[in-house]
Amino acid sequence: MSSAVSASAAVQPRTSWRRAMAASRNPALVIGTSILIAVVLVALFASRLFPGDPQDMVGTPALWPGQEAEFPLGTDSLGRDVAAGLAYGARVSLLVGAVAAGIGLLIGTTIGAVAGYFGGWIDNVLVRLTELFQTVPTFILVIVIVTIETPSAPVIACAIGLASWPTVARLVRAQFRALREADFVTAARSLGYSSPRIIFGEILPNAMAPIIVTTSVLVANAILTEAGLSFLNMGDPNLVSWGSMIGDGRPLLRTAWFLTALPGTAIALTVLALNLVGDGLNDVLNPRSPGG
Amino acid sequence: MHDLAIGFGATTAVHGIDFHIDEGETLALVGESGCGKSVTALALMRLLPPAARILRGRVMFGGTDLLELGARALRDVRGKRIGMVLQEPMTSLNPVLTVGSQVAEVLRRHEGLSRAAAMSRAAELLDLVGIPEPGQRVHDYPHNFSGGMRQRVMIAMAVACQPQLIIADEPTTALDVTIQAQVLDLLDGLRRQFGMAVLLITHDVGVVAQWADRVAVMYAGRIVEEAEVRPFFRQPLHPYARGLLGASVEGSGAHYTQTRLHEISGSVASAAGEPGCPFAPRCPEMIPACHDAMPPLESASAERRVACIRVPANGEVRRVAAVG
Repeated sequence: MSSAVSASAAVQPRTSWRRAMAASRNPALVIGTSILIAVVLVALFASRLFPGDPQDMVGTPALWPGQEAEFPLGTDSLGRDVAAGLAYGARVSLLVGAVAAGIGLLIGTTIGAVAGYFGGWIDNVLVRLTELFQTVPTFILVIVIVTIETPSAPVIACAIGLASWPTVARLVRAQFRALREADFVTAARSLGYSSPRIIFGEILPNAMAPIIVTTSVLVANAILTEAGLSFLNMGDPNLVSWGSMIGDGRPLLRTAWFLTALPGTAIALTVLALNLVGDGLNDVLNPRSPGG
Repeated sequence: MHDLAIGFGATTAVHGIDFHIDEGETLALVGESGCGKSVTALALMRLLPPAARILRGRVMFGGTDLLELGARALRDVRGKRIGMVLQEPMTSLNPVLTVGSQVAEVLRRHEGLSRAAAMSRAAELLDLVGIPEPGQRVHDYPHNFSGGMRQRVMIAMAVACQPQLIIADEPTTALDVTIQAQVLDLLDGLRRQFGMAVLLITHDVGVVAQWADRVAVMYAGRIVEEAEVRPFFRQPLHPYARGLLGASVEGSGAHYTQTRLHEISGSVASAAGEPGCPFAPRCPEMIPACHDAMPPLESASAERRVACIRVPANGEVRRVAAVG
């Protein structure tokens, strides 16, 4: 044991390289990333794979998968291609997920950083604000915002982002509270750096690991929320999304269950992949875990 | 620095201390743990933790009172005109940024250098503080450096803008003894080279003897003796200072001794205390009058001041029986 430790200390490669090596040995991360890459590729090449509007009625309604070679995954009650719908739905899901997570991250990080770094009454005010948002169920808040505005993809993404920042804010605040007393922060202050400079230049890079991990969960939750909205017919009516496909297939649940099962599987796989990535990153980035 | 008092909540940690540092000289602030040395150093830069407050006093630096300065002006002084080296080299560097970028950042902040210019200057500074292959090392992270090397990097950052004063808060406490001498030599060499003043905070009397010009001994938040180094080591006046020297082998120039080292009996009295000299309960020469009032820091001769009721002010320095 001790010889292994000293050997690894003697030839200590660069941190980034060591992390990459640890990442490639982490099964959760590898599986999660593979699924995610597949989904992203399908989303990117949706228009190449399935030219034309996925909302077009192209075939006989309610064809089962494999029944006709032209529609490998069948058609829905209106004769729309399920495979095309899944591909275009991936676009909406990933886009809404990413944008919503980005917005949530931006607001959450800023509020958490300011609250944690300055403390005192600023902290008090911001924590109350965070708690105010947390007491309202995310989904209800999103529905309220979407009903006030028009149900378009950008509005939905913003709404989900606005409803999801408290988690990030609490996490970042905790990180900053721990790090603001660190010696290197005192050193930075002794060098005459300004507070914004210390917050973003010195402390934030040290708080990155848990933030990155949370981001993957944030994206997953945003995808689920968007699917839920679309299922309730509150999604963007001009776009096919996984949630709206499930909603459309619901009346035929007994005769053509694949109409709900296929998009459902897509959602489950993507969310699972994102959670796997989050878990894997947690292991790799966390210096206290054996993988790091 | 004049009559500086620092309090934590209701208690007072530093009771009106008063000292000065001349250009280009090294003043050592000595005392045992918890006597207020580090708090004093942080107060000079107004870096005290939120719980601590400066109760009164002034910190005059080249004609300006640092305690009165606005936030922006203060940041211009920090790092540019006063550099600081902290105690813990292992945690004082940001672990996720390269060493070079951390040194370069100081130059970009205070000298307005471009990224490239700052990086090449950073490499020069690393060279100056004796880091081998500075051209490559600038791209390394702090965990690639040993404690001594990190402290060299900290010194490079502190002297980057050639400040007039370096505050070194126990810069070598966390280091190996052999590295300790190297780091202090480096600091001393840079001081001569740039004509900086150094406030060296330490609890190591040997360090004082070797590297300081003058010494101020602190006890329980007060300065009890201030003197030039030579006369101080020849004959410390305050009983606490004598005890401190008696507890160290290095004052005599030897590195080991056969005889038993003297120890100061008791433990450090709480700074928040009763009236009278705070050292009185541990003092071998205590007289009843010691408990009445804290003796003021008075001139004992031209260059030294001492706060002890048994050392007559301005008079002939009385021979006191050797301790131990």
